[in-house]
Amino acid sequence: MTDMLLTNARLIDPETGRDGPGALCIADGNITKVLTQDTDLEDKMFRARNIFDCGGKCLAPGIVDLGVKVCEPGERHKESFRSAGLAAAAGGVTTMVTRPDTLPAIDSPEQLEFIARRGAEAAPVRIHPMAALTKGRAGREMVEIGFLQDAGAVAFSDADAVVTDTRVFARCLTYAHSLGALVIAHPQDPGLSRGAAATSGKFASLRGLPAVSPMAERLGLERDLALAEMTGARYHADNLSCTASLAALDRAKKAGLDVSAGANIHHLTLNALDVGDYRTFFKMKPPLRDEDDRVALVEAVASGLIDVISSMHTPQDEESKRLPFEEAASGAVALETLLPAAMRLYHSGALDLPQLFRAMSLIPSRRLGLPTGRLAAGAPADLVLFDPDAPFVLDRFALRSKSKNTPFDGARMEGRVLRTWVGGKDVFAA
Amino acid sequence: MSFRHNHLLGIESLAPDEIRAVLDLAETYVDLNRAEAKHGDALAGLTQINMFFENSTRTQASFEIAGLRLGADVMNMSMQASSIKKGETLIDTALTLNAMHPDLLVVRHPHSGAVNLLAEKVNCAVLNAGDGRHEHPTQALLDALTIRRAKGRLHRLSVAICGDIAHSRVARSNILLLGKMENRVRLIGPPTLMPAGIAEFGVEVFDDMAKGLEGVDVVMMLRLQKERMDGGFIPSEREYFHRFGLDAAKLAHARSDAIVMHPGPMNRGVEIDGTIADDINRSVIQDQVEMGVAVRMAAMDLLARNLRAARKKEREHA
Repeated sequence: MTDMLLTNARLIDPETGRDGPGALCIADGNITKVLTQDTDLEDKMFRARNIFDCGGKCLAPGIVDLGVKVCEPGERHKESFRSAGLAAAAGGVTTMVTRPDTLPAIDSPEQLEFIARRGAEAAPVRIHPMAALTKGRAGREMVEIGFLQDAGAVAFSDADAVVTDTRVFARCLTYAHSLGALVIAHPQDPGLSRGAAATSGKFASLRGLPAVSPMAERLGLERDLALAEMTGARYHADNLSCTASLAALDRAKKAGLDVSAGANIHHLTLNALDVGDYRTFFKMKPPLRDEDDRVALVEAVASGLIDVISSMHTPQDEESKRLPFEEAASGAVALETLLPAAMRLYHSGALDLPQLFRAMSLIPSRRLGLPTGRLAAGAPADLVLFDPDAPFVLDRFALRSKSKNTPFDGARMEGRVLRTWVGGKDVFAA
Repeated sequence: MSFRHNHLLGIESLAPDEIRAVLDLAETYVDLNRAEAKHGDALAGLTQINMFFENSTRTQASFEIAGLRLGADVMNMSMQASSIKKGETLIDTALTLNAMHPDLLVVRHPHSGAVNLLAEKVNCAVLNAGDGRHEHPTQALLDALTIRRAKGRLHRLSVAICGDIAHSRVARSNILLLGKMENRVRLIGPPTLMPAGIAEFGVEVFDDMAKGLEGVDVVMMLRLQKERMDGGFIPSEREYFHRFGLDAAKLAHARSDAIVMHPGPMNRGVEIDGTIADDINRSVIQDQVEMGVAVRMAAMDLLARNLRAARKKEREHA
């Protein structure tokens, strides 16, 4: 018996690359059948308990957002599991893979259990926590990778804190490898990028901002890739932002290393000039790059060299941002703007919808060993229904996140989420 | 009215005719400052607050005298000593000040863009007295006035700016101003002290003083900002002086009538030889200080006129 039938949809299937009309049967929280022809639709309609007409809009696997910062524990005034969960549902994000860079860092099984419990009780979407790679993200001692894995950690990352001691990092990779654990890093040479608030170049010099060459990212990535080669570990380079990194990544992939890479939506849609007159909502880490880098990064997503697009959701309160640029905190909220911002890449013709959902849903699921991200019989019915053409002007105060630090405030965007389902249950309806 | 701004935050937003307007008005204040009765009333009744989040005896004194000579009530706030240490944010400080109804706010801050941020939050005219390594507009304007008086013009000159360009707001403002007025700008310094992408500013970059100074009309030395260096930009002071310090031998490459400038305070024997600095035939360093007061009077006068005009308009609306 089908619990629900979603008819009259434009199915976006990242696995097959298909973008066309169809319907989905859902039972017990899972997709039971994908109908791409009208042949047996009437029979299914007859037997379905509920029928939902998608109105010809796009139906895609819900976004699996790798690297969301929910500020629990420690800074609940910036974001809680409740507020982040509501924002995620409204943004078509059905799984939040949470970052461990909270206060304190998530580096013990007990803390991980807290995250899992809080997530389950407060957020309407799925939560899969990441754990820190080293205790306190201090880069000295590795965490209990085995226990944390048993407790549900899907990956290990010190986020933007680079494990500078090469020997420590190598041992972490070796140990993680033995458990098949995925290690995620934000590659950066912390010496070269120390104190930087912008990407070096004419604009940073004109604004007088301390700046770093994109080469710092490549340096960090080359080191990590060499260690991944040495240890055989499963490694994901996240938050890549510049051309300089891409050649190194390509070499590593061609050499058959178990590596993947991600870019966040801001580096794919904005560039350094957007900072304009010291607008701190555009302060990111790593800083926004030149337009050439942005274009190269988008092309890398199209070619599959960059595997994952994420929001890198980073809530910051007004006080952390209303400061001189150098002193202001980095990062932006993006759970709700990820999809409309990604539609910019679709409307510009750079990426088609199956490619986008490959990077936002399918590959992150695969990389983390999750069953989500697919439109196929047996996959969880985690779905997003959206209108890629619906225009709107973003008002940051209308965001559901507690923090309102988005660079897209006042921006004209296209693409609205109409409905979100997690495990076949409605979690958001516009 | 050819000066259209409510604040003076940088040279970047000024048009050439606005730069000329400041300099022309400043000329009249040079005369006033040399007269026996040095008093104008352009700022009478207005309150000027000098907020220095970074130490500067010279610039602060210059702004203070400029305000006093035009009849403003001037107050100095040394911010390193006060609220910042107590954790008050820049915005709160601004709002506190705002409630005291100042008319002119002169701000120096160690972070680039901090003065822009402040200007958004207050209801008065803000003058940037130096923010981080961003801009120091009154310094560039006083340098321009000094050059114009010494050379008789402020266009088609070849100007060398030498030393620590990377950390220098004076260099940035001067590059912008001299470029807008159609001069050739050369930058000379060790590559570790050159900001990235600087060649895209329409300047020529040299790392050799002899080549860079060849035939220039103006030699502008910068202070080697030791306090900004967190280590390792240059091997030693003595090697720096040997390669980049201005002495008679290096100056000989410039035009024989080239003038020597320095924004002060000087490190004699680091970036400039004492005898060059004191050479009354070449050095215009003392003139720069004198022009500084006149230019600041002119800038505050122009901003005050716009402020009064805007307030009048507001009253009429109300």
